[in-house]
Amino acid sequence: MSVAPVELDEPVTDEVTQPDRPWITLVWNDPVNLMSYVTYVFQQYFGYSREKATELMLDVHHRGRAVVSSGTREEMERDVTAMHGYGLWATLQQDK
Amino acid sequence: MTVRHAFRRTRRGEVELTLRPEEAGVLADLLDQLADLVGPEEPPDADPLDALVGIGTQTRPPDDPALARLFPSAYPDDDAAAGEFRRYTEPDLRTRKREQALAARASLERVERGSGRLTPDEARAWLLALNDLRLVYGIRLQVSDDEPVDLEDLEADDPRLLPMAHYQWLTYLQATLVEALGGPA
Repeated sequence: MSVAPVELDEPVTDEVTQPDRPWITLVWNDPVNLMSYVTYVFQQYFGYSREKATELMLDVHHRGRAVVSSGTREEMERDVTAMHGYGLWATLQQDK
Repeated sequence: MTVRHAFRRTRRGEVELTLRPEEAGVLADLLDQLADLVGPEEPPDADPLDALVGIGTQTRPPDDPALARLFPSAYPDDDAAAGEFRRYTEPDLRTRKREQALAARASLERVERGSGRLTPDEARAWLLALNDLRLVYGIRLQVSDDEPVDLEDLEADDPRLLPMAHYQWLTYLQATLVEALGGPA
């Protein structure tokens, strides 16, 4: 075994996680959470207006899910943790 | 005609909770059960240093469907990432949910003789604990959007009668609290 000289290589691009694609937080519909509560949570946590929060809540309700925030993976993990704290069913993924 | 007691906003902007003694008793029991259910669950051989900083050993969703709903997978298509996320977040989340249930429970002592004013922290604890309770009931009763269960449709000896009545009452309480907090009516 030879000791290779220390070189600082260019970082190899990881095809699985492309840094230019943002991450998103999704909230999924469930039959228990009250519509007024979900709207309240979106206003309180994200600071969204009543109108925007209501729109997102209706998206969750009618389409089964909605993208409620986007950003870095760390930011989305923070948002998902907060949503779980509120009892909302949230997941994160890299935007397609 | 009975008056439904619940949360309301006072003229000074505080949240006030009014309950009959028997209602306060039922809520105390339910909140105790919730605190027990969500309380942190780590095997005795867990790394004490990890435990100290809130890192758990569980990487899989809880077997109990109600707990799996309270602590869902953050990465539905990536078990490894979901497991890591769970290790770093679930113990703290369990602790907070337990503390919220116990904080709401503690505030009941002021309410037992009729009504009591809640601090903003207590009102928040109630909001989240009521939601957690409803999620647990929703799973246990298999509540769904497709087949809403009407209390009137249940036979007198149906075992779902009491839990369903509790669930609907908790729903009513939570709705009044969202409104009292200034949320959507």
